[in-house]
Amino acid sequence: MFGINMAESGGEFVSPGPNSFDFSEVPLFHLGGLAVTKPMVQLVLGALVVFVFFYAAFRRATLVPGRLQFAGESAYGMVRNSIGRDIIGSHDFIKFVPYLVTLFFFILINNAFASIPAIQFPTFSRASMAYALAGLSWVIYNAVGIKKHGLLGYLKLQSVPSGVSPFMYPLLVPLEFFSNILVRPVTLALRLFANMFAGHLLLILFSTGGLFLLEYGGVGYVAGPLAWVLAIAISFLELLVQFLQAYVFTLLNAMYISGALADEH
Amino acid sequence: MQNLIFLAEGTEPTEGGHAPENPLGFVPVEFALSLVVFGLLLFLIWKFVAPRFEQTFAERTQAIEGGIAAAESKQAEADAKLAELEKQLADARHEAARIREEAREQGAQIVAEMRETAQAESTRIVEHGKAQIEAERQQAVTSLRAEVGSLATGLAGRIVGESLEDEARQSRVVERFLADLEAQTVGADNGTTPGSVN
Repeated sequence: MFGINMAESGGEFVSPGPNSFDFSEVPLFHLGGLAVTKPMVQLVLGALVVFVFFYAAFRRATLVPGRLQFAGESAYGMVRNSIGRDIIGSHDFIKFVPYLVTLFFFILINNAFASIPAIQFPTFSRASMAYALAGLSWVIYNAVGIKKHGLLGYLKLQSVPSGVSPFMYPLLVPLEFFSNILVRPVTLALRLFANMFAGHLLLILFSTGGLFLLEYGGVGYVAGPLAWVLAIAISFLELLVQFLQAYVFTLLNAMYISGALADEH
Repeated sequence: MQNLIFLAEGTEPTEGGHAPENPLGFVPVEFALSLVVFGLLLFLIWKFVAPRFEQTFAERTQAIEGGIAAAESKQAEADAKLAELEKQLADARHEAARIREEAREQGAQIVAEMRETAQAESTRIVEHGKAQIEAERQQAVTSLRAEVGSLATGLAGRIVGESLEDEARQSRVVERFLADLEAQTVGADNGTTPGSVN
């Protein structure tokens, strides 16, 4: 994509930047006056993939699972047991399992779009989409806590550390409130967004840079392919990051819910 | 390669004329769409996937636990049966030992009885034999006495030439002779002669 630009701008390499993530100028189609961009379509596609997979896996669920059902159960069970039950605890994890499962697989597939040929764009490198999930997480864990402890009880639980001398409260209470109530959604959103953004940027840089070097000739005949080899290596690293970010996002959600439900901080 | 890149051109943004977007900027449409799509997916998973998973999971757990419970009850049953059989076996052994003991006692008793009976029988036979012998001896003695008397009388009559046909006298003579004979036998001498009768 930048090869063309480079050619047009007379051999000058145009480094990828925030504009590589801006699709507002090139909507795929318009829907009632709304410009539908590629990340929006990906979002819907990701949700469809997740639902169709699980629905097909459990449509005719039997005691002895078939291959698809086994895959679905393993995937569902991993989030249910190793995130939900182990973090929230077996007493009241079950009602959060659909939320955690949806969250994990929705993020995972949308991250994986970065590596799927012909799509090759991580949906959550659009910050607003990460904001939405982080905001929802914030609403959910706070609502769960307020429902259980009442507003004041919940604020006390989250802000007043136990086992600390009251003389320290003026220092600690604002700090705890800040870190437990205000900062959490921000870090959730930024962690997911920044990882996806940076990973995709690196990939663009190495692949377009490699092409530029090849066209430049000379030392570029060695450096260009080398950049592509690195791009492949980074792709594998990205696969790991995609999974880890989905996992961490879901895990932190479970921990926040568990913290909001806790009796003692 | 160029073609591929050219194709991508259509979907990827370019260095267009518009001002660069802040990557952290807030795009309301994307924010809202994310919430809606995620919400819908959550609803669908909640409604159609989670219950089926939990149901299957519960059924499977129950099937496994039911199987284990059934196996346990079978095991308990088998244990009870084994204990019962062992008890029966012990009873049978005890019974057998008792019967053997009884049989031994009975056998000993029977042997003792038989011995006693045999003893009695043998005693009886011996007694009977003795009695018979005695009777025969008596009979022999009696007949011998009569025979000896008549023989002696006949012999003596022939020798002395005198008939001793008189019954009474004959008998008297014989008696006297025999008495002498017996006396002589008791007196341990052997000089008994018919002559002394006369």
